Amino acid sequence: MLDWIWILLTAAWLLPLLGFAVEVFGGYWQQSRRDRTPALIAVACIGAGFVLSVAAFIIWGSETHWGVFAAEPEHGDVPAQQAVEDTTREAAAEDASELQPADAGQQHSYRKAISGTIYTLARFGDLKLSIDYYVDSLTLVMFMMVTLIATCIHIFALGYMSDELTDEYVDHQAHTAGGDHVHRPGRYYLFFSYMSLFCFSMLGLVLAGNIFQVFIFWELVGICSYLLIGFYVERHSASTAANKAFIMNRVGDFGFLIGLMVIWTYFGTFSLGPETIGDETRPGIFAMVRNAEGGLDIRNESGSPVVHLNGSVAEADDAGAADGEAAVTAERTIPYWLLVVAGLGVFAGCIGKSAQFPLQTWLPDAMEGPTPVSALVHSATMVAAGVYLAGRFYPVFTPDVLLVMSYVGCITLFLAATIAVVATDIKRVLAYSTISQLGYMMLGIGVAGWAAGLFHLITHAFFKSLMFLCSGSVIIGCHHEQEMPRMGGLRRKMPITAYTMLVGVIAISGLAIPFTILGMKLAFSGYHSKDAIVATALAFNYKNPVHFLLFLVPLVTAGITAFYMFRLWFYTFCGEPRDRHIYDHAHESPRVMTLPLIVLAVFAAGVAVGGEGGPLYRMLLASEPAGVDVGSEAIDPTVAFIPEDVGYALVGQPARAEIHSVHAQAGAFALIAAAAGAVLAFLLYVVRVVDPGEIKRQVGGLYRFLIEKWHFDTLYDVAFVRPVHRVAAALAWFDRVVIDGILHWFANTSVRIASWDRKVDEGLVDGLVNLVGNVTFRVGRSLRAVQTGQLRQYIMFIALGVLSLFVLQFIFFPR
Amino acid sequence: MQIGLSEYLIVGAVLFVAGVVCMATKRNGIGVLMGVELVLNGANVNFVAFARYTPLGLDGQIISLFVIVLAAAEAAVALAIALNFYNNHMTIDVDRGDQLKG
Repeated sequence: MLDWIWILLTAAWLLPLLGFAVEVFGGYWQQSRRDRTPALIAVACIGAGFVLSVAAFIIWGSETHWGVFAAEPEHGDVPAQQAVEDTTREAAAEDASELQPADAGQQHSYRKAISGTIYTLARFGDLKLSIDYYVDSLTLVMFMMVTLIATCIHIFALGYMSDELTDEYVDHQAHTAGGDHVHRPGRYYLFFSYMSLFCFSMLGLVLAGNIFQVFIFWELVGICSYLLIGFYVERHSASTAANKAFIMNRVGDFGFLIGLMVIWTYFGTFSLGPETIGDETRPGIFAMVRNAEGGLDIRNESGSPVVHLNGSVAEADDAGAADGEAAVTAERTIPYWLLVVAGLGVFAGCIGKSAQFPLQTWLPDAMEGPTPVSALVHSATMVAAGVYLAGRFYPVFTPDVLLVMSYVGCITLFLAATIAVVATDIKRVLAYSTISQLGYMMLGIGVAGWAAGLFHLITHAFFKSLMFLCSGSVIIGCHHEQEMPRMGGLRRKMPITAYTMLVGVIAISGLAIPFTILGMKLAFSGYHSKDAIVATALAFNYKNPVHFLLFLVPLVTAGITAFYMFRLWFYTFCGEPRDRHIYDHAHESPRVMTLPLIVLAVFAAGVAVGGEGGPLYRMLLASEPAGVDVGSEAIDPTVAFIPEDVGYALVGQPARAEIHSVHAQAGAFALIAAAAGAVLAFLLYVVRVVDPGEIKRQVGGLYRFLIEKWHFDTLYDVAFVRPVHRVAAALAWFDRVVIDGILHWFANTSVRIASWDRKVDEGLVDGLVNLVGNVTFRVGRSLRAVQTGQLRQYIMFIALGVLSLFVLQFIFFPR
Repeated sequence: MQIGLSEYLIVGAVLFVAGVVCMATKRNGIGVLMGVELVLNGANVNFVAFARYTPLGLDGQIISLFVIVLAAAEAAVALAIALNFYNNHMTIDVDRGDQLKG
């Protein structure tokens, strides 16, 4: 039965590829562009994928006897710090026993990942290139989340993209050289084929069982993102945005490649789980780098720290030459700093994909794509893939990398939130909010809140895709108006959109009623997940007081988040309509678009039900790498340099019990911040105690700084784009003047030589041949006169001829 | 006066020249043929005259016989030509037969 899990997931993964093939090669461009079939195929494929994912989840659950939900919450209501030590020990023991492969007979541990090979592409000695799967509860959750959201968005797009269902689509935002609007055939089928390709790539990324496969699908989602951002390719802004997204992702992916090279060189495998080559079974990357307790095996060898990789065997030819006996038992090792490089490299990939701090500028521009794309690719799934990979690869990240990750997340979440406050394009506000929330996730993972970060990933996916779809509904309702200052009061025109959006806004803000009813908090999903992150950050802060910003910034930003989200909602849906014309023509979207909104709103509200005791969190917790919940102590490098058996860390990581003990405190802080933000937005944009325009004028410098997105685009323009342009211009000059000059010289010389040759040919050779011909012709022509046809004349010639021959003979040969 | 080779040759030459002049001057096709006969016979006289100086003494006579046969055959063909020429042109004036003029 266990095999069925990966078979079902593989089917769910490959179905969209099939759909893509049918949609893109099915000849839908030939007939009328009014055909809805390709869209329905896409919906059917991804919908079937969702059903298969749920089926796989049910099989997984029954195979593990639903142990993931049955287990008591490990730290239930442990009162305070006294219990910390005991519980951590217990937890460690528990994990250790659960990780034993024996697994007590038939029952499969819910903590153990299922991994294997679907298809081996090639084997070169030790290098095995294969399509693997790696399924644990995180994979299952991701599969269900991606397929469910994708299904909703596909259905929404049926309606949203329907103006492409025409043989002549007029793009009002694209102009031809003559200044007219671009007229082109509708591309309904193409949109859905790209969407299917994206779903395939995203699911492949989640299912991937080796890091190289992850990289392949990583690039595939990148290209899908590129295609979808540039869907309205005739618009200059769209094609530029697509290029920007693609190029900025390349920057991160370069780091990813470096990480891969380090991993391949030192680990000798790409596989996440155990790998079978021939008869031999080898441990995967995770099992090598971490021991059963989740610790790194760091030793001090010749003055520098070296990490031993468990269960690995060093290559025979390396060590065998040195001393044959030791070679058999020698383990692979990796210098500690290279493990950091590998971690940072992979994390660089995550930075690019998840639009984190230095590479965040592409995501707002990516909003040029159609809104369903923004909802699916640029908020719920692809950009979350960076966080997913950070979570998946957590065991390889050393504490230093995690600290970098925390700070990157921390900077990102603050930076993006501040820009979102001043943005006026409804989709851009959401885009900045996405970046900010992704920063929260990175921060959460970085401060050892592994499950908290991924928890936020899932809840965010739901409420953010919901909000994007709502914004799409607004945009359609307002006839492609995206500027919030021209909306207002739309609540009365489009109630379903407005109130589902409100669900999303409350969810992302983390508002809740601070009481429990029937043992449950009255809170939407975002409250639980953001709480978990803030609590982890607070616990981290207690342990490492020097990193107090990692708690303070997210807390403040929680307030900012609530402020800008409510600002968006009030701006769009409340108050008096600011543009009468738009308001009068606004209308609620058709049911095919509002239905997905309602479904997603239900999930946005309830997906995290039960908070940290709820099913979703427990599912994620089941995949948590060993040792995360144990925590670790910081080591002062000046006092003790790499002890033998303790971890090596500049920072301590909070244990779960420690996090739990500060949960209530952190939750209260976060709630106060969020409520403050929401109230502030209410006062400014509904009650209007102060005119926001007045504030804008008061702090004009800051306002312009934020409107200019902290001048990042300008900075990159000056630092990278313009130098590249200048270098390119210089190279182009060199190319044109020097290289082309040389080539032209050769060409001209050839032409000149050829022209001389032509003269010789025409004058001499042809002249000679013509001369012979002409002479022959002329002689023949002149002799023609002799041929008179007069018999008597001929006889005269003969006689005279003979006579003259005789005369000649007598002259020249006299006797 | 002893009649020697020279006298024969003179007779042959006179016949020959008479034939050639006949051929060159006559417009009548039959006249031309007669000129041809004269030329051939002039040659025959020479052959016979020279025959005396050959080892056998008869070679010239034999060749003369051949020439006479040849002349008979030629006359047959030529008369047929003349008839056809007359059929086509209603005359035997050879100056009218200039279709092959270049």
